[in-house]
Amino acid sequence: MSRSPMSKNTKINVLLLLVVAALAVLPLALGLGDHKEEPFTGADGEAESAITEIEPDYKPWFSPLYEPPSGEIESALFSLQAALGAGVLAYYFGLHRGRRQGEQRALERLGDDADRPAGAAAEESTAERA
Amino acid sequence: MHIAEGFLPPAHAVAWGVASAPFVVHGVRSLTREVKEHPESTLLLGASGAFTFVLSALKLPSVTGSCSHPTGTGLGAILFRPPIMAVLGTITLLFQALLLAHGGLTTLGANVFSMAIVGPWAGYAIYKLLRRYDVPLMVAVFSGAFVADLSTYCVTSVQLALAFPDPSSGFLGALGKFGSIFAVTQIPLAVSEGLLTVLVMRLLVQSSKGELTRLGVLLTKKQSRTETESEAVTR
Repeated sequence: MSRSPMSKNTKINVLLLLVVAALAVLPLALGLGDHKEEPFTGADGEAESAITEIEPDYKPWFSPLYEPPSGEIESALFSLQAALGAGVLAYYFGLHRGRRQGEQRALERLGDDADRPAGAAAEESTAERA
Repeated sequence: MHIAEGFLPPAHAVAWGVASAPFVVHGVRSLTREVKEHPESTLLLGASGAFTFVLSALKLPSVTGSCSHPTGTGLGAILFRPPIMAVLGTITLLFQALLLAHGGLTTLGANVFSMAIVGPWAGYAIYKLLRRYDVPLMVAVFSGAFVADLSTYCVTSVQLALAFPDPSSGFLGALGKFGSIFAVTQIPLAVSEGLLTVLVMRLLVQSSKGELTRLGVLLTKKQSRTETESEAVTR
């Protein structure tokens, strides 16, 4: 396994992220929202206005139990949602990476012990600890 | 794809709720069975739910000049099969309905049906079909996630067109209208979701070979090798 600064694997992963970023930035950079009065609003909201266009008399018959009092609070809660998810994902991958490294080290140590006389291996491990 | 609170007539809201309920109940059973029989998969289950949390919070700009968000349900459907995603998707939708006023309780049934039921099943079906014909894993994963994302928004368009047919052009006219708002906007986002799902699957192949083999994601050809490998590592 190569441990060069950036393995082929990492390069592919970074490339995937770059393409996703490009897909998000291009509509903005190309001004694809310029034809609209309010560019880049939510599709959910557009559907609501389409409903009122089709049926001007329609009144929502139920309103949310709790509504974020401002756009700031709303975006804070959205960030909280993303942060919770990202935190759990990072914990998962961090834990597994740590486990693999620990196991690899344990295996290497086992291999070392088998190669050398018992005394030398013991000396080595005490030296390492100190 | 979130139909806003109160924006479906009561009869439709109830009908979608009734249609979704058995899937969610069945999903809860599958989830508890999975956790009981394989406690070690709890972490990966959490990670699958977390992926949906992140992706459905990411509102991204699209070619139509509006914003929408991916769903993140393809990954969990591929890993744990769709019934479990019915639960994880419902949890995400409840969080958004209760705290963010995004979606709603009266439209929960309809939103669950599109995002947590049809999306995962459609994505899973495509993934399985491609795998049967020996399509490379990552191509199948991309296609599954893409289809799970896009089909969710197609279902939302159908749901709205059924509730609000156009006075002159009827159901199909309304479907065209809602479809152009949702489905077209969603195409580049579904590509993004496919790529992100491939990224996470690549990381999982690196970090959790044993788990992926047990779940049948990694091929049986390699099974004997990876199993002994992972056993050697876990002992």
